[in-house]
Amino acid sequence: MKRGLVVLLSATLALAACQREERDTRPQSALGSGEQPAPVTTLEPGGERPSVSDNKAAAFEANAFHLSEGKRLFNWFNCTGCHANGGGGMGPALMDQKWIYGSSIESIHATIRDGRPNGMPTFRDKVPDDQIWELAAFVRSLGGNAPSSAAPSRNDDMMVHPSENRLPDAATLGKSP
Amino acid sequence: MRATERGSRFSLGLVMLASLALLAGAAAQPAADTAIRPPPAAAPPDDGQWTMPAKNYASTRYSDLAEISESNVKNLQVAFTFSTGVNKGQEAAPLVVGNTMYIVTPFPNIVYALDLSKPSAPMKWKYEPNPEPAAQGVACCDVVNRGAAFADGRIFFNTLDGHTIALDAGSGKPIWNTQIGNINIGETITMAPLVVKGKVLVGNSGGEMGVRGWVKALDAADGHVVWTAYSTGPDKDVLIGPDFKPHYDTDKGKDLGVTTWPPEAWKIGGGNMWGWISYDPDLNLFFHGTGNPGPWNPDLRPGDNKWTAGIFARDPDTGAAKWFYQWTPHDLHDYDGINEQVLLDMNWQGQPRKVLVRPERNGYVYVLDRTTGEVLSAQPFGPVNSSKGVDLKTGRLVVNPDKKTGTGKVVRDICPTAAGLKDWQPSAFSPRTGLLYIPHNNLCMDEEGVEVNYIAGTPYVGMNVRMIPGPGGNRGAFTAWDVATAKPVWNLKENFPVWSGAVVTAGDVVFYGTMEGWFKAVSARTGEMLWKFKTSSGIIGQPITYRGPDGRQYVAILSGVGGWAGAIVSGDLDPRDATAALGFANAMKDLKDVTTPGGTLYVFRLP
Repeated sequence: MKRGLVVLLSATLALAACQREERDTRPQSALGSGEQPAPVTTLEPGGERPSVSDNKAAAFEANAFHLSEGKRLFNWFNCTGCHANGGGGMGPALMDQKWIYGSSIESIHATIRDGRPNGMPTFRDKVPDDQIWELAAFVRSLGGNAPSSAAPSRNDDMMVHPSENRLPDAATLGKSP
Repeated sequence: MRATERGSRFSLGLVMLASLALLAGAAAQPAADTAIRPPPAAAPPDDGQWTMPAKNYASTRYSDLAEISESNVKNLQVAFTFSTGVNKGQEAAPLVVGNTMYIVTPFPNIVYALDLSKPSAPMKWKYEPNPEPAAQGVACCDVVNRGAAFADGRIFFNTLDGHTIALDAGSGKPIWNTQIGNINIGETITMAPLVVKGKVLVGNSGGEMGVRGWVKALDAADGHVVWTAYSTGPDKDVLIGPDFKPHYDTDKGKDLGVTTWPPEAWKIGGGNMWGWISYDPDLNLFFHGTGNPGPWNPDLRPGDNKWTAGIFARDPDTGAAKWFYQWTPHDLHDYDGINEQVLLDMNWQGQPRKVLVRPERNGYVYVLDRTTGEVLSAQPFGPVNSSKGVDLKTGRLVVNPDKKTGTGKVVRDICPTAAGLKDWQPSAFSPRTGLLYIPHNNLCMDEEGVEVNYIAGTPYVGMNVRMIPGPGGNRGAFTAWDVATAKPVWNLKENFPVWSGAVVTAGDVVFYGTMEGWFKAVSARTGEMLWKFKTSSGIIGQPITYRGPDGRQYVAILSGVGGWAGAIVSGDLDPRDATAALGFANAMKDLKDVTTPGGTLYVFRLP
């Protein structure tokens, strides 16, 4: 009886020791945020939906490092091939005030991760989640929706439009209402 | 001041313009028959129908109808209109077979049949193929379709998501539907098929997505693929065998489609066939171009990049290549080689020759011997500074080293642009005047090569481009080119690129459209403006003319701006980014101020 208890105890300890060694070195990075409540529309029958936020949004949205990484990745993952440097081409413009699937960083993140039915591919299995957040943050800066203190201030290539930290808010184009 | 500064960089261009201006003032030649005509087998006597976009196998886009003439065209009126219901670039040519007109729209590629025997041409049937919406995301330059083809009671057309479909022309019921393209590797189909000897010839698009180009022959009876000829890779894939006898030494050798590329690069090397095909029944050869090599950044693909940016002559029964000529070896500027080839028989330096005339993207009107692929002549038809001519001994384009692009290097004022001095917009040839009527662009560009990663199904370009108006400031032109003397005869300046096709008639009237929406008729002899009509949207379509069931002559055009040049409007792009639409939007900033998207058929006749 007593011996049995000892065996059980040592087995439990051994198992616990295994768990102790587990480390979450890249939390959620490759797999992405689990549940992401990013509605494609603002229309909800009957009521007003409280605005949703992913806990990663704030960490990426106004961060200079992430924005600059996003700018680099925007080229590396061939986003420029379709969206040019924000003016669009095969895909829609990203520097104007028109957002087919929502302008929040959560919506843009969902668009890149899951794709959209009229031509936007899904990059779920191509781009790690944190990098998708960086891309989403950079895309917002193209429409003048990132703090100018954080948005990229220069281009390594031919200047094709004012740097992101000088781009006006697409909704007002810098004019007062 | 800016214009003067830029002008000084264009010595070649200015000389060209000056000669154009001079010739424009020259006396008009009489409308007598010239000795230059299409081979009769490829251009049979006109029956008043329009059964393929290029009118006939020789691709003359010439009609024998003469009811509408230089003297009465000013009275043209709208006979009827029809909304296609699709507000994207309308590049297709309507077809007229018997009492029915057929039109195919841009994505979602709806086919309409209109009953011409009834007043106002009501709809007879429509067919919706429901292509995959995701295909829109891999179509390089708007979601266009360049038309259908009729043969043996069937309408053949392609869908953006890579299907070729045969419909019963009478009922609109599908007979077969074959998927030949894969959008997940970036493949789409935008070209108009050509039906030759019971085979439907189709090529793919995707030169900006690292798609390997091909042309396939589908059995017109049941749609199965009879043969596939690739534009890159080993000889057996390109259908190069013992019959292959190219004229120039640079095209001779084993597996050049592999050895003129870095290892494996040919697999994602482009050479897509999204343009025009002509067919010579006497020689039993069809002629098709091949698109640009991918990616645009040339540093990633040292070598001649065979068999891209060139032209093949092939046997339609087997696909076997007979000869090849490369317009632009190791292309530096996206000079796709897919333009139309007009088949003509003419005296060349005293000898009767079977020739093929090609106003090419790189800026030259080529005259090739279509039996051998030998270049007889290559003269620029507008400002060109990316090259210094064509060496007729070797057939090779003489590249201007000052305009060579590369990674991390900005090269300015390259003429013509990636869209070419002339893009897909097809020209027309009149045997009455001996003139080729060329709708084209007048643009220059700055380019910078950048690094690019190949990710299947995404763009593979590696070039920052911004386009600007060419010398003179007019972004487009319509040039009448004397095939016999290889010189322009007259030239009309247009504010925007002339992205529409042309048609010429025995009434000596030429029709074309502008991106503002004007549909114009000019004298085939002098270029004098005779009539114009403002349609609801910019025109980038292909005009046709036909004899209606009432025996009267009609002229038809689809209006609806878009395509690469008009993507700024049809795709609602933001021109504050100079690289939008691969740099084209930068030259088209004001297009949004003059036109809006549309999709309407206009048909005209005399009162």
